Amino acid sequence: MFADYTMTELTSIFAMQGFAGLSLFSIFVLMALGLAIIFGQMGVINMAHGEFMILGAYTTYLTAQLFENYMPGLYGGYFFVAMILAFFVTAALGALVEWLMIRHLYHRPLDTLLATWGLSLILQQTYRSVFGAREVGVSLPDWMMGSIAVTDLVEIPINGIFVMVLALVIAFGVYLLMFRSGWGRQVRAVVQNRPMSEAVGIDSGKVDRVTFALGCGIAGVAGSAFTMIGSTGPTSGQLYIVDTFLVVVFGGAQSLLGTIASAFTISQAQSTMEFFLSGSMAKVLTLLVVVGILMLRPQGLFALKVRR
Amino acid sequence: MKLSKTRSSSHRSSWTRRHLLGGLMALPALFALSNTALAAEVNTTGLAVTDDTVKVGILHSITGTMAISETGSVQAEKLAIEQINASGGVLGRQIEYIQEDGASDWPTFAEKSRKLLVNDNVAAVFGCWTSASRKAVLPVFEQYNGMLYYPTFYEGLEESPNVIYTGQEATQQILASIDWLAEEKGAKTFYLLGSDYIWPRTSNKIARKHIDKLGLKVVGEEYYPLGHTQFNSVINKIKLKKPDVIFASVVGGSNVAFYKQMKAAGIDLTKESPLLLTISVTEDEILGIGGENVEGAYASMKYFQSLGNDNNQDFVKAFKKRWGDDIVIGDVTQAAYLGPWLWKAAVEKAGSFDIDKVREASPGIELTTAPEGYVRIHENHHLWSKARIGQAQKDGQYKVIYETEELMEPDPFPKGYQ
Repeated sequence: MFADYTMTELTSIFAMQGFAGLSLFSIFVLMALGLAIIFGQMGVINMAHGEFMILGAYTTYLTAQLFENYMPGLYGGYFFVAMILAFFVTAALGALVEWLMIRHLYHRPLDTLLATWGLSLILQQTYRSVFGAREVGVSLPDWMMGSIAVTDLVEIPINGIFVMVLALVIAFGVYLLMFRSGWGRQVRAVVQNRPMSEAVGIDSGKVDRVTFALGCGIAGVAGSAFTMIGSTGPTSGQLYIVDTFLVVVFGGAQSLLGTIASAFTISQAQSTMEFFLSGSMAKVLTLLVVVGILMLRPQGLFALKVRR
Repeated sequence: MKLSKTRSSSHRSSWTRRHLLGGLMALPALFALSNTALAAEVNTTGLAVTDDTVKVGILHSITGTMAISETGSVQAEKLAIEQINASGGVLGRQIEYIQEDGASDWPTFAEKSRKLLVNDNVAAVFGCWTSASRKAVLPVFEQYNGMLYYPTFYEGLEESPNVIYTGQEATQQILASIDWLAEEKGAKTFYLLGSDYIWPRTSNKIARKHIDKLGLKVVGEEYYPLGHTQFNSVINKIKLKKPDVIFASVVGGSNVAFYKQMKAAGIDLTKESPLLLTISVTEDEILGIGGENVEGAYASMKYFQSLGNDNNQDFVKAFKKRWGDDIVIGDVTQAAYLGPWLWKAAVEKAGSFDIDKVREASPGIELTTAPEGYVRIHENHHLWSKARIGQAQKDGQYKVIYETEELMEPDPFPKGYQ
């Protein structure tokens, strides 16, 4: 397969391919972190995760329109404003959903699955009624498009770097929140032993709401970032949901570190196989590997030891 | 005469029923009875045709994932029906449409088409978009003898007496475009890339055979699952193989991801190395992709919104007036617009709404007012039409740069290409 190419060509292609794998990794991390927080820490199977992401994407779209029409001078920086807005809009919707629906279903995980699936259908139809059935085009400021040419062959996409940095920042932020803040300690306490943490005065209802809102907010930021690489339409969220669950379940549902490790494993496996095989085949093989490992290790890559 | 007898007998039963309800009802019923002779002449099979109206069905997805694509077709069909009504209707009858939602779900399509044919007795159905939905309704149309006008360009390999295909079948879309690439652009090597289902696979099979026939080379052929959003690996492979042409049939949301990632990876389509020719991106899709991401790509279709002929100018004006200035019109939308007009022409040629007579009258029906120019229905129920190549512009429109001189003959079962 490689006989026809010179050494430099091969090195550059492998460099590019390595970068493709890393950018897929950051995408998976962004997709999965929000879900991992909700699924892992609260045991809620949020089927509407993709729709929360798309809410973030639509927020970005609206912000872009706003800047284009009223503040064209600041257009180059609109994306940062959009991401912050996306976080708060989706977090607010998350908090509302938790209050209206999820909190009544905490001891019935299968019912949350159905309820959030219903929610995802409602959200899809709402987007369709508000924004129309067609996909919307989110335009990007010029500096975010294109690539940096390192050599003639090696070109690094700018939005790939952007997504990577964003994934790093968010992962680090979540780490600080969960493991270095008082609130994070409360969340972990509630996960490990709810009655006991309530007994020592933690308002577990409030912890739940903020956790759910945070998970949704991160989904919103991810959705906002994905306007750079994917489509924004009423049903676009469905494109991400399977991969997202795959990453979270494979990583071990209650471990954030596991989520990251699993995102890394799956993204590298997939992008390597996509390079050597054809697209659909790579997907099939990736799924087979994941299923195989889950059969041997049903708890996922990393499992948290919890007293039940 | 024999046939009108069955008609009047059915009226007799309704007469009796009405009589039972009360003598006052008798008067309007009597009027109805005296008028049916006219409707009975043009409708001997119990279709929903009265003296003033005829019912047709519109069957597309207005919810679910396909709603993105099918909305334009619904708009086009409604516009055509409204225009026909304004110009006096079909055989003097105003068209009333019954719209059903296939909800992007193929069994739902089958169920709704049964409802339209059996309960509503519609005289024609304009609808379906994906091949899967067409395959799902086909047995229903054949069983109940309905007539479907199907707008999408598709893979061919089908020829039903109950369907008129108003889009291009695969050879019409592909052969001319590959000839053009070879002659005008001097293309030698091709990379075939598509979504993983029947239409791209069949299309690429035809493309590959034709490329072989011209003595050119396919250097890669790949399919990605529907909805796939990560194309970096294949873009790297394309960079490695350096084909002259990327021949793309990626569909749906994947399109947006594909073109955005191509652009981000530094492949500038306006530089034409490699050149990209798509058979799946219409003006509709560009709305979602963004003109700046697809600028420079070529598309092989039979219709582009920017076509300069008078028919099209009028059509675009009417379409925008009806559905808003921001709207764009893609290939399939135009093909959907042809449906009601072709049906009207066939009905008027047959002098009857009967499905069998309309079918018999259909081959040879021509439309000089089609926005794409002149079209004619072939014996095999597909359309003779020109193939065109357009180049995507930053504003999301295509600039037409080539069209075949002659109409291309539709050939759903191409010999030597299967």
